[in-house]
Amino acid sequence: MNDKRMSEAEVVGRLADGMTVGIGGWGSRRKPMSIVREICRSPLRDLTVVSYGGPDVGMLCAAGKVREVVFAFVSLDTIALEPHFRRARESGAVAARQVDEGMMLLGLQAAAWRVPFLPTRVGLGSDLPRLDPSLRTVTSPYPAPGGTHEELIAVPALHLDAAIVHVNRADAGGNGQVLGPDPYFDDLFLEAAGLRFLSCERIVPTAELTAAGPVQSLKVTRLMVDGVVEAPGGAHPTSCAPDYPRDEAFQRDYAASAKDPDGWERFRKEWIDGLDEPAYQARVKG
Amino acid sequence: MTHVAQQVRRADVCAVAIADCFRGDGEILANPIGNLPVLGGRLARALHEPRLVMTDGEAHLAGEVHPLGAAPEVVEGWNPYRRMFDVLWNGRRHVMMGASQIDRYGNQNIAAIGPDPDRPARQLIGFRGAPGNTINNPTSYWVPNHGTRVFVEKVDLVCGIGYDRAAELGEVARFHDLRQVITNLAVLDFETPDHRMRLRSVHPGVTVEEVVAATGFELAIPDEVPQTRLPTPDELAAIERLDPGGLRLREVKD
Repeated sequence: MNDKRMSEAEVVGRLADGMTVGIGGWGSRRKPMSIVREICRSPLRDLTVVSYGGPDVGMLCAAGKVREVVFAFVSLDTIALEPHFRRARESGAVAARQVDEGMMLLGLQAAAWRVPFLPTRVGLGSDLPRLDPSLRTVTSPYPAPGGTHEELIAVPALHLDAAIVHVNRADAGGNGQVLGPDPYFDDLFLEAAGLRFLSCERIVPTAELTAAGPVQSLKVTRLMVDGVVEAPGGAHPTSCAPDYPRDEAFQRDYAASAKDPDGWERFRKEWIDGLDEPAYQARVKG
Repeated sequence: MTHVAQQVRRADVCAVAIADCFRGDGEILANPIGNLPVLGGRLARALHEPRLVMTDGEAHLAGEVHPLGAAPEVVEGWNPYRRMFDVLWNGRRHVMMGASQIDRYGNQNIAAIGPDPDRPARQLIGFRGAPGNTINNPTSYWVPNHGTRVFVEKVDLVCGIGYDRAAELGEVARFHDLRQVITNLAVLDFETPDHRMRLRSVHPGVTVEEVVAATGFELAIPDEVPQTRLPTPDELAAIERLDPGGLRLREVKD
């Protein structure tokens, strides 16, 4: 088995300006934040970010890394609206391609299956086609019960140049294990991507994976992974059940930093600039 | 009756109205979003719709009717986010969403406020699952702050689709089914010939005129507008058990 271990910096070194990057997790849950922080430290720019969005999206927007966000929502869960993302949108700093949550799933699935689109009712009648004129429909070749040939939305494959996700455990070859109750869409993000990176709380010998949880918890196979980062606490401040809950106090401070123009600069000086991940974790434990 | 009406808590009336909104649903996933809607859904399941299936707000299907803020002790199923799409695209779900704006046909906006979608005056949560919800399974809305900023002539963005847009789509929208809009003032529905929003009942202590003044479009108003029914003693006891911390009272004031 290949040893695919690498650092956050090595992951970011494989990314390039203008890439479309998919980020796993959901809202403020199990986000690959150690890699997100490293992107914030890098000179990368003009990224298109695809995410069931949380502070990953807000931080990357505040750090000026984002050209466009593909999103159905961006939320901190206990704080409904992501304030840095809001600021970026209301100032016109980032473009948006808005989708329904289910359309994002279908787009990723189409890319993963290498088909050009998947048909759905989702989006019909809504303003999504008005906001995204490139969204096409397809006419069913089969009659519906009422005899009409239904015209459905053709959700285009959502190809990712790279995907980053964070799970509880992995082995050095990239087999990933989700010990929490919800795998979200992490495996789909990896399958939809050209470059596929997995961070985890702990890298363990393969045999320990099925000792820690049922075989169904092995949601990520090494077939779909190019690099593995061991990042204890790497989802902080988002939750990583059952290893740790969300750091609500930290998240409140992060959210408050969007309130004044210098807030983000203060936040990034304290929590991003000049720190590597071990130094960040040491400061969090502070 | 008037005397009783003055004592009843508005939040309790709302909880019961929400519970009644799930009446007759049978064995489907009742998926209310927000504290008062969840309380109403659980009240329905506890008292008159025992076959309802409900989540714990996370990846579990709760095997019992448990209080707000607690985790269920019994779990009857696994429903991570991805499986929610299997349920909702299958249609066996009745969702109750919020609405930042809603119009007379039930077109709903939760994405952004302002005329320019590229640079919104106020970025809100996003389209979330509203387009998919409304075209695939029964949908109701909960509005805790009935006013002219929410009930508008025209929504800035159509996320959840209303009856006019569904009608234009024809057969492909045959699963579209908006049920009720429940607010802190009233219960509304779409049971009119062209599915324009109708005032179904006003909560005790609220007048029809107040609802009209708080609505930015013309409502269909029957000659006789009934009062939203009062909670029964059994319902009040269940509400107390399911919301011992009084979260509902923070959401809707008397």
